[in-house]
Amino acid sequence: MALVDIRNVTKSYGSTQVLKGVSLDIKEGEIVTIIGKSGSGKSTLLRCINALERIDGGEITVEGQPVRTDMPNLRDFRQRVGIVFQAFNLFPHMTVERNITLAPVLNKRIAKAEGRALALDVLERVGLADKIDAYPAQLSGGQQQRVAIARCLAMRPHLMLFDEVTSALDPELVGEVLKVMEDMARQGMTMVLVTHEMGFARNVASKIVFMHQGRVWEEGPPAELFANPRTPELQSFIASVR
Amino acid sequence: MQTLNFQQLWRYQDQLIDGTLHTLLLTLVAAAIGTAIGVAAAAAVRSGPRPVRWAIRGYVELIRNTPSLIQLFVVFFVLPGFGLRMGAFEAASIALGLYFGAYCTEIVRAGLDAIPGSQVEAGQCLGLTRWQVFRHIVLPPALRSVYPAFTSQFVLLLLGTSLASQISAEELFHTGGFIETRTYRSFEVYAVICGIYFALVMTFKLLFAAVGHLAFRWPVRR
Repeated sequence: MALVDIRNVTKSYGSTQVLKGVSLDIKEGEIVTIIGKSGSGKSTLLRCINALERIDGGEITVEGQPVRTDMPNLRDFRQRVGIVFQAFNLFPHMTVERNITLAPVLNKRIAKAEGRALALDVLERVGLADKIDAYPAQLSGGQQQRVAIARCLAMRPHLMLFDEVTSALDPELVGEVLKVMEDMARQGMTMVLVTHEMGFARNVASKIVFMHQGRVWEEGPPAELFANPRTPELQSFIASVR
Repeated sequence: MQTLNFQQLWRYQDQLIDGTLHTLLLTLVAAAIGTAIGVAAAAAVRSGPRPVRWAIRGYVELIRNTPSLIQLFVVFFVLPGFGLRMGAFEAASIALGLYFGAYCTEIVRAGLDAIPGSQVEAGQCLGLTRWQVFRHIVLPPALRSVYPAFTSQFVLLLLGTSLASQISAEELFHTGGFIETRTYRSFEVYAVICGIYFALVMTFKLLFAAVGHLAFRWPVRR
């Protein structure tokens, strides 16, 4: 059974239909990369999976549970499905440790010492254990994004969503974030990424989904999709990002 | 020309200390009432039901666009007609608390508006409740951004407590009037009263600077 099952999902903002019947399966352990031009509906789809946006039609299920913005166990669900944003969204008034432990301390009532151990554990995974007492303003963009990933990992999610997490970074900082994501992929984390990093998509993803005009235009393994794009839209997109 | 004579005032030092303490107490009680109103009303204006939002807007406009002295008279002279009888100090605390609350509502609301929606979204994505997001993620940086405005309003409140003398609340300015009628040393009395207000304000400013330094320690990237 698929971990995420998206069936014929539609979504509009006012009179603009952004998703026009999207269907997609994501299996456990898969690394799915969603590519496509701006405005093709990639980020909206990601936000719908996390119940940040209400869908107008169709159905999304995660681990067999229908996803709705008014689902009764939405808070538990959000702890199982982590999302990392383009703009990091760290809390500027909290140290790195507090950013990471805020939700576990408030929701799971873990002790302070246990919280620090948890923060150290996830920070080690992103290579930032020495920054545990720093504030976000004292970190580079790449470091902030790695802390945002660590904050997400501390929730022990079953699925992680990444919304253009390298787009706001200076080019020299992109690599450190991608490396963390590659490590997570190797450890078996199920990941869905919206990205413009074609190198990452080609080398790490198990499936590429090309979205165009609110639809899944093509999908398949990276080698196949990049070598033999079937549609002129994907051919043109690949040519434009090379 | 009459010479200055502060010596006569010396025998009224107990009354002056008492008046100063009452002014301090009145300020702190009104500030506590007003701050509670301000934080709750600012939160409700952003996310409460429409009738509540209208009621808060009405309250803020009413208080900010009418004289504080009349508000004080309404609480002290009009409310007893509806069975709400209270002493001068209590009436002054409530009237000044409502006055401070209206300004505080606008100050805190401006701070809350300055917090990007993405911060709220990040909190929601961690599975936090709306209250946890407000209390831990939105409120601290919002208060930091409006702290200077809040402290200025507090100083205006402290100075505004002198209005309470008009309903015979025994605060500092009322004490000054009392000493003046006994000594006929108007200039000396009000110079001393003025000096005490000045010292109080300067003390609070130092205190606020220290509290701000301790409470809002996180660095910001400019």
